[in-house]
Amino acid sequence: MGAIELVEQTQLTERPAMKSGDTVRVHVKIREGDKERIQIFEGVVIGLHRGGTRASFTVRKVSFGQGVERIFPLHSPTIQKVEVMRSAKVRRAKLYYLRNLKGKAARMKDSGKSQ
Amino acid sequence: MVTGIIGKKVGMTQIFGDDGTVHPATVIKAGPCVVVQAKTASTDGYESVQLGLVEDTPAKVGKPLAGHYKKANVPPTRVRREVTLAPGGDALKAGDQVLVSMFANGERVDVIGTGRGKGFQGVVKRHHFAGGAATHGSMFHRAPGSIGASSFPSRVIKGMRAAGRMGGGRVTIHNLKVLRVDSDNHLLIVEGGIPGAPTGYVVVRKAVTLKKIKVAQVEKPKKGKK
Repeated sequence: MGAIELVEQTQLTERPAMKSGDTVRVHVKIREGDKERIQIFEGVVIGLHRGGTRASFTVRKVSFGQGVERIFPLHSPTIQKVEVMRSAKVRRAKLYYLRNLKGKAARMKDSGKSQ
Repeated sequence: MVTGIIGKKVGMTQIFGDDGTVHPATVIKAGPCVVVQAKTASTDGYESVQLGLVEDTPAKVGKPLAGHYKKANVPPTRVRREVTLAPGGDALKAGDQVLVSMFANGERVDVIGTGRGKGFQGVVKRHHFAGGAATHGSMFHRAPGSIGASSFPSRVIKGMRAAGRMGGGRVTIHNLKVLRVDSDNHLLIVEGGIPGAPTGYVVVRKAVTLKKIKVAQVEKPKKGKK
């Protein structure tokens, strides 16, 4: 094992197997002064960026008619957990085309493997 | 006490802070080193040690160097670097080991290495000249411009900045923070980048120009967050 992998290994956390098209609930720790609370960001994974501790994923949701995207570092300690709600059948790895669609057109077919 | 160690740049990654902040990090395979020669005030006029970086295979050296290593009774190494000794502490003798455990988390270090060569570069990249406008009929883009007057002095004064070879020299980066020390694997992880390409040799030494005020400024916002 290379030295970089040795260093990165200590940083890796247990995350569910996600793929593009999955609808996920990301539990994010938010710090307000001394208090800490959990905020949930729910949306569709439109892309995964792999690479050890540097891995990240992009979640897109439509909030009050406004598209919102958030990029999370996959192994960030601020993410308490990630829940995969359902999986959709998609034909590409990056679902950036969803940005141009809205309403009914942005729906996706269930892959049948949803949990 | 020895103030530095020889290392090899492995590459970069990132380290998460406790608060979720991401810190750019360089992994250095530092040591184990052996003292090849201990210089003393009586024999050399100053105190320091010459270290050799122990690698997987011993280096092939010519007879004169082989004799130098034989004197210290250590196998030959590819790199040797001299590091100074901090006053106090026990004196090192030839054959002693220097390990990465000399550094602690949060400590500040200087990293000295050979920077990447940039080749023959123009004045804009090499000396940060402003250059001219790209458009609006400007016929002056990245040229150096005037390099002096005419018949007097009839020559270009010495030290005029011009295009030429850039990079590839000795570079020192000061006051990098030690993020982690892995004594078992001889790894040192510092925050930020260090000179040179991966597999390049560097010397990591305890910070020499560290100002106490500077540390306070860096550490204070973090404490507030906690």
